[in-house]
Amino acid sequence: MRASPLLQVLRAWTGRIQRPFLRAGDSLAAQRRLGLVLLGLLAALCFLGAPLGLLDDYQQLLFMYAGINVILCVSLNLVNGYMGEFSIGHAGFMAVGAYASSLLTVRALPEGGAWLGPVAVLAGGVAAAIAGLVIAVPSFRTRGDYLAIVTLAFTMIVKSGLENLEWVGGGRGLAGMRKLTTLPWVFAWTVLAVAAVRNIIYSRFGRAIQAIREDELAGLLSGVETRRVKLIAFTVSAFLAGTAGALYAHLVLFITPRGFDLLKSTDVLIMVYLGGIGSILGSVLGATIYTALLELLRPLGVWRMVCLPLLLVLLMIFRPQGILGLRELPWLVPRRDRDAVRRRGPRGSDEQGRSSVSDATGDST
Amino acid sequence: MSAPRREVASTPGRTVPAGDHAPQTAPAASHPLLETRGLTQRFGGLTAVADLNLRVQAGELVALIGPNGAGKTTVFNLITGVYKATAGEIRFDSVSIGGMEPSRIHGLGIARTFQNIRLFADLSVLDNVRIAHHARTGYGLADALLLTPRLRREERRVMEETLALLRTLGLDELAGEKARHLPYGQQRRLEIARALASRPRLLLLDEPAAGMNPHEIGDLMEFIARIRTEFGLTILLIEHQMKLVMGICERITVLDFGATIAEGTPEAVRADRRVLAAYLGEPDEGAVSGAAAGGGDGSTDDPGDPHGRRHDPTDAGSAS
Amino acid sequence: MTYLLQQLLNGLQLGSIYALIALGYTMVYGILQMINFAHGDLFMVGAFALFVAASVLGLPFVPSLLLAMIATAAIGVLIERLAYRPLRSAPRVSAIITALGVGLFLENLVNALSPYPKHVPTLLSNHSWVLAGVTISSIQIWIIVLAGILVLGLDLLVHRTKVGMAMRAISWDRTTAPLMGVPVNAVISLTFGIGAALGAAAGVFYALAYPIIDPYMGVMVGWKAFISAVVGGIGSIRGAVLGGLILGAVEILVAAFLPSTGRDLVAFALLLVLLVLRPHGILGRPRPVKA
Repeated sequence: MRASPLLQVLRAWTGRIQRPFLRAGDSLAAQRRLGLVLLGLLAALCFLGAPLGLLDDYQQLLFMYAGINVILCVSLNLVNGYMGEFSIGHAGFMAVGAYASSLLTVRALPEGGAWLGPVAVLAGGVAAAIAGLVIAVPSFRTRGDYLAIVTLAFTMIVKSGLENLEWVGGGRGLAGMRKLTTLPWVFAWTVLAVAAVRNIIYSRFGRAIQAIREDELAGLLSGVETRRVKLIAFTVSAFLAGTAGALYAHLVLFITPRGFDLLKSTDVLIMVYLGGIGSILGSVLGATIYTALLELLRPLGVWRMVCLPLLLVLLMIFRPQGILGLRELPWLVPRRDRDAVRRRGPRGSDEQGRSSVSDATGDST
Repeated sequence: MSAPRREVASTPGRTVPAGDHAPQTAPAASHPLLETRGLTQRFGGLTAVADLNLRVQAGELVALIGPNGAGKTTVFNLITGVYKATAGEIRFDSVSIGGMEPSRIHGLGIARTFQNIRLFADLSVLDNVRIAHHARTGYGLADALLLTPRLRREERRVMEETLALLRTLGLDELAGEKARHLPYGQQRRLEIARALASRPRLLLLDEPAAGMNPHEIGDLMEFIARIRTEFGLTILLIEHQMKLVMGICERITVLDFGATIAEGTPEAVRADRRVLAAYLGEPDEGAVSGAAAGGGDGSTDDPGDPHGRRHDPTDAGSAS
Repeated sequence: MTYLLQQLLNGLQLGSIYALIALGYTMVYGILQMINFAHGDLFMVGAFALFVAASVLGLPFVPSLLLAMIATAAIGVLIERLAYRPLRSAPRVSAIITALGVGLFLENLVNALSPYPKHVPTLLSNHSWVLAGVTISSIQIWIIVLAGILVLGLDLLVHRTKVGMAMRAISWDRTTAPLMGVPVNAVISLTFGIGAALGAAAGVFYALAYPIIDPYMGVMVGWKAFISAVVGGIGSIRGAVLGGLILGAVEILVAAFLPSTGRDLVAFALLLVLLVLRPHGILGRPRPVKA
């Protein structure tokens, strides 16, 4: 029994993953503690793993890919999941971020010091955000699939435009970047991106974004300037995709327009819907699992890319909401929201939630 | 009741000639809270609203009735900015609101509900109401990203106001439920709560009694009367349930083919021949007055409207 | 002038192929409001089916064409049955994601089975004639004439037959159509089948003109055809044809007068400009907002 507390807490933590507006129980403190411990361990691994020789180069690379994918995934979830629009332009924004930051570090500031890393990432984000704004203005004039079409065209134009720009290497690509992207930096940017999306979601903007998904007209008639909110969400999303592109460029050190084609966008889409729309934890899991799956299935060779789409189709048929669609880890929800709904609701929490609450309390007494 | 001005309704059985609002303007400098002049909306060849002159004084409770497809919901869509009128003018508290963005009109103090309930189904009751606070919550994106004290203060205020409102409407126990999980009656109530969250001066209710039984309609009438005083509201409502219309409205405007065919007190409208003709197609004394008087049984005029004789694509909700 | 005419003729050839694929996008969209992103890969499947029929089975052109169309139609129907039908009442996004998945699956499956580009054997002897300075090849005539016949046939089917009426009924109102006795599932299957068959025909024609085929050939051509459908007004059959022809002509003309790498750039820029000016395409109609 002495060994079980950790197990208990673990079960409580996993069992309590449910709707964002739940009646939080006493297990929450335990969850939060465990969450922070895990995050701390991950941080320690990311910051000390390489110097202490715990992670080899390949493992570090995987961690960095996972982090970059998490950034892409949460940012796309903002538009496709929380807002309910359908953008397939993430590869385009990534390309803008990657090229803008690379041009900065290779051409403009080749002598830059240690400060160049974050500056390059921010520059990539800003460039992509500007592109996002330009794209968003015409796309949100009409509803429905037009965002998909416009972002599709945008991605094609970026790729084809870069191929035609000899100045940035054309189809041959751009090289000469220094390896500014390291695991600690990726970790920091990933945490920042997740925190940013989380803070937006639980603000008035996040509620307005979700109102657009649920019923745009009702939102408009409840005082939400839907167009402005869409622009904000889309620009933030593009910004984050741009930072991911910048991190990626300074990790692989060689970028080509072909690397940012629609297949890349499709990858991110798969991660979002695998993890589940409207869930931050879902996106983190979706990106991590997808990155891991890609590696685990590598022995399958050419059949790997046959199996992955098949898995996606099966997932959509049998679990269309993804792993965690519209559910959230409770301690990502602000306390005021949890307090407001605590012990309200005659139907109470669902069985799973209740039992885990009692588990945790039963253990502590 | 907060002393509604009744001048407009004072002439029994008066039908409003187009553009005539001179004689009965109030002696005091009181302009109507809502006024439409020559409001017209055409969809292709169909005239959904024709030269409508509507006046609602502050504090009044006015009903807009008429057969299905008479253009009632279109009037709401015009007032709230969903449609831009083909012609005519809409003034709210003397400000011309025709052509304004819906969110801005909402900000001026007009809120509404929908004939077919339109909630944010996958969001909590709490969030449904908090969304209506969006425009009046004073912090920006930077505050949201950095969780500044200003955000905390504003969010706390919004939360307090929302919980208080939910408590007033008896929904506080359900604050954490998804809107989609509420029973029908509570969903209607939540929609009204969302409309009230912005402290509107004018509340537009689109068939609030649709789908309710006579008992529930009785409750709803009390509820409307209560929120009217409590929130100092002016209410314009669309309704087919004669029990409700005759029971609580001070004034009724009857629309047919998008035009006003009668206006006045419930008694006056009930006796108006044109209203009978509109509802029955034939002038037939007694039928509507009988139906209206017997409206207490709640059997008349369900949303499926026995008199509805044409399908109007603009009267949305009946279709979807 | 003759150069321009020559390019317009080449554009017509390419445009016919886009138009045939665009029809599949637009038919499925019209009936299910779903963007079938796997459709471009059915075009590729059609080309590979032609390869199998011609070089493995050794069939001549017309039987190869028919076999490719029938086999691809069967695959199209099967995809709808297995992957899309279970999602018909799910959110639209699930169907779009599934379509993307099916497309990737098809590409990579063909890639796994046949990793190297294939050379389609010459099925039609190619003659050329020079008419007023413009060179016309017999393959061009085959492509343009056959595509025209298929398009006309489809137009007759949709506008003149009972089946076509059923299709239009479902696209108008899918919930009411079954109440009127329209066999919705059968008609949807048929729509996918016809769309896939037309896509396969496009694949065959493409392989006649450019005989090297590879598993990813459907990606870019598919997107372009999708753009054609959008430019014409998605959901509109005549719009899809018009859009295909416009895109084909624009692309060839761009390639003729500008550096050829600019083709895609111009095609997609055209799409963006058009969407800003006419959000619902040339022949598309907006659906009314309801409140």
